[in-house]
Amino acid sequence: MNRKLFLLAYVADRWVAIDAGDVDSVVDIGGIVAVPRAPGAVRGLAALRSRVVTVIDTRVTLGLSPTATPRRAVIAQIDGHHYAFLVDALEDIAPFERHPLSAGLALDSGWDAAAAGIVERDGEPLLVIDLKVLVPAADRAAA
Amino acid sequence: MDELLQDFTAETRETLEAISGELVAWEADPTDRARLDAIFRFVHTVKGSCGFLDLPRLGRLAHAAEDVLAAARDGLRQPDTALVSAVLAIVDRIGELNEAIVAGAPLDDSTDDLLIAALAEDAAPAAPISGTGPSRTVIRSVRLGVDLLDRMMIGMSDMVLARNELARRLRDSAPVPRIEGALERLSASVADMRDTVTRTRMQRVETLFAAVPRMVRDSAATLGKNVALTIEGADVELDREMIELLRDPLVHIIRNAVDHGIESPAERRAAGKAEAGRLVLSARQSGNRILIEIADDGRGIDTDRVAAKAVAAGLHTESEVARMDEAQRARLIFHAGLSSRDTVTDLSGRGVGMDVVRANIEQFGGRVELRNQRGRGLTLTLQVPLTLSIIPTIVVGVGDQRFAVPRQAIEEIVSLTGGAVRIDTLGGRQVATVRGRRLPMVGLGAVMGIADEATRALVIVSTRDGDYALGIDAVLDSEELVVKPAAPAVMASGIYAGQTLPDSGLPLLLLDCSGIATVAGLRFGLAADAVAEAGAAEAPGIPALWFDDLDGRRRAIALAVVDRVESVAAEAIRWSGGRLHLALDERVIPLVAMGDVPVAGEVTLLRLTDGHVELFYAVAEAQEIVRLPAAMAPARERTGIAGVVVIEGEQVELLDPHALFAGEVRAPASRPLCHLRCDGTGWMDTFLRPVLEAAGYRCTTAPGGDESVAVTLAMEELAADADVERLVRLSRRPLGPAGSGSGDTAATVYRYDRAALIAAVAERAGRAVA
Repeated sequence: MNRKLFLLAYVADRWVAIDAGDVDSVVDIGGIVAVPRAPGAVRGLAALRSRVVTVIDTRVTLGLSPTATPRRAVIAQIDGHHYAFLVDALEDIAPFERHPLSAGLALDSGWDAAAAGIVERDGEPLLVIDLKVLVPAADRAAA
Repeated sequence: MDELLQDFTAETRETLEAISGELVAWEADPTDRARLDAIFRFVHTVKGSCGFLDLPRLGRLAHAAEDVLAAARDGLRQPDTALVSAVLAIVDRIGELNEAIVAGAPLDDSTDDLLIAALAEDAAPAAPISGTGPSRTVIRSVRLGVDLLDRMMIGMSDMVLARNELARRLRDSAPVPRIEGALERLSASVADMRDTVTRTRMQRVETLFAAVPRMVRDSAATLGKNVALTIEGADVELDREMIELLRDPLVHIIRNAVDHGIESPAERRAAGKAEAGRLVLSARQSGNRILIEIADDGRGIDTDRVAAKAVAAGLHTESEVARMDEAQRARLIFHAGLSSRDTVTDLSGRGVGMDVVRANIEQFGGRVELRNQRGRGLTLTLQVPLTLSIIPTIVVGVGDQRFAVPRQAIEEIVSLTGGAVRIDTLGGRQVATVRGRRLPMVGLGAVMGIADEATRALVIVSTRDGDYALGIDAVLDSEELVVKPAAPAVMASGIYAGQTLPDSGLPLLLLDCSGIATVAGLRFGLAADAVAEAGAAEAPGIPALWFDDLDGRRRAIALAVVDRVESVAAEAIRWSGGRLHLALDERVIPLVAMGDVPVAGEVTLLRLTDGHVELFYAVAEAQEIVRLPAAMAPARERTGIAGVVVIEGEQVELLDPHALFAGEVRAPASRPLCHLRCDGTGWMDTFLRPVLEAAGYRCTTAPGGDESVAVTLAMEELAADADVERLVRLSRRPLGPAGSGSGDTAATVYRYDRAALIAAVAERAGRAVA
């Protein structure tokens, strides 16, 4: 058994698992400054201690309506920049075994790109989300 | 002591301390290769720095030791005890000299030669030199790792934020004067501390430029050249690390400029340039980059030669090179091994590594741009990222959002309430007129998609492409900010230069003013370029009179030639002696014009003089006095026109007074009048008129008035009643050899035989003048 630590987060009305190794910290987010002309998934910028983080509205990246009131966020560092991914709620970190996605499983467009496997919690399958994929690419922003 | 020297002495002392163990170990075992290498590196470094810092005495010692050690490394010499002690004696002396430099005390140099002589293979073992050793002065400088500085910066920012939060909490509770006093003290010291910590990372670019004057002077002196160096913008601040990274490339580029770019005084004289070459080194901030520009007025890059070399080296094929434009060819010098010079010099070698320079700059995210003007100079621009640079900014508000604008990009800020500004809509675009200056206007709110309350102020922004007015709601603050790059998705929007966290604790975006212009669709055309060109040619140009000429063109003439502007009656102008003359006060003065001189009413004349001879030049209207820009595009074989200059964005032909006085300009009345007898088809007007006008004739379809017709052109069947002396008959069919018989004085020409047609008209026009 090859178990790894995953952070369970409630995003877009369902529980997902995030590789704990990708996560810097979990914070309460507030005071988001909007960034005009940035892609829709960029909710804005927020200050995290002395650092500026780019807030990603996870729901928008997954093709859903924007998060109503941002509260909690998962902080991760990707390519030298800090990002805050908005989540609705968080549970503890727990070890799980990652399984590959079932063959032939078709997911909604937004989920399809972000899904990186499946873990099972008490028999209930949860998608593993790859945070890197949730960051809007620079070239997409230009469009 | 200057900062560079201080760095050097500190580093030397530190290394000496570090290798003292090596020295002892080497003494015990002279064949130990690793120790030998360590000591070699030390003397090598010292030697290198000495050249740069101008410490010849230290340099000589280090050089001598380096030679011997190099020989030992190559196996040419056996590292025996004598050699070891000789080298160690030199290393000791380097240490002593280093301390002497720190203390600013002189050190007797009489024994230096002995030390160097002792290095020779056959030298007798040197007598140990006894010395008391100078007392060691304490250096007030330490060297720190950049990591540590980074951690300090982050800690500092956290402290500022904690202070801010404390202040907010205190404001919410009942005021306690003693606590408030303490908070104020804390705030003051935090602010102080922040400045200091920030400064630890930042350095004025001055430190980078400090060594340049000496280097230019020495290089130029070695080469027998004369170079005037100008340094601008030395107060721009840059990250310390960046300064270190820029040092080598800069030295390289400057040496190249002095060695290869700027010509010898004799060559410069021959090329009509001032004997002293100009080298301008400048630093400025532009958007999220620092630009360091090295401009010389030397010979530039010989692009043909570089292209030929690229072909010879097999980098490109002939056809590829042929398709390249000048800029692309000039950029070929960034390829390894392509130097524009064939000669190797001590100074910069064979165009050493512009490829290396570029690689170094690009390694830390910079860029090298190059502007080559063959025969007139080369400008290299190093663009380096601003990361961690401190930028003075103005914080502006639009709607409920705030943004920072780099102060360097701001020319001025004008309020709309004073009435000094007018905003109009032209072709769907807003245009602001500020004190008579018309600027394209961009509403920041509109670009951002923010509903702005009302534009209350304009920020006049100057970008490299042109200036424009940025409409904002309010000016909120002025702050010095440490700007960092934002996430790629944010940067990709093209309107931000970076992000920052000011004292308010709310992230702030720095605007990229050029980017906003691009996103808003502003296009700065020729006019903007022309202004920039005129600005670049800093020397004030010679004054000239700008006028509308008789042929409808705008022309200018050097003011020095113009005596005065006069108005005369058209009747005073007479066609006599094969050219126009003006009868004035019993005198007859020649008159030149480039269009048809009016035959009635008043004519405006420029009275020109070269000091002895007078000449009139007829114009439509004199406009104003302007300054000529230095840049002029030479005219293509147009008599009387010296060239075309751009004045206030308009192309203006500049008259060539020399040609006017030399009588080379043909007066327009010598353009004979051709009468086109139309046959009603319009062929003559459509087909023939342009041909004749291009050949220098005037045409009319209805002759009359005072002017006599020089030549009449008519179709064969309509030519019957014309004066044969002045008639050219046109045939609809090609003529056989018999048809163009020379006996017939009223020549008949096939109407599409252009050459014959022109010749026939010219012959008859000649008769008319005679």
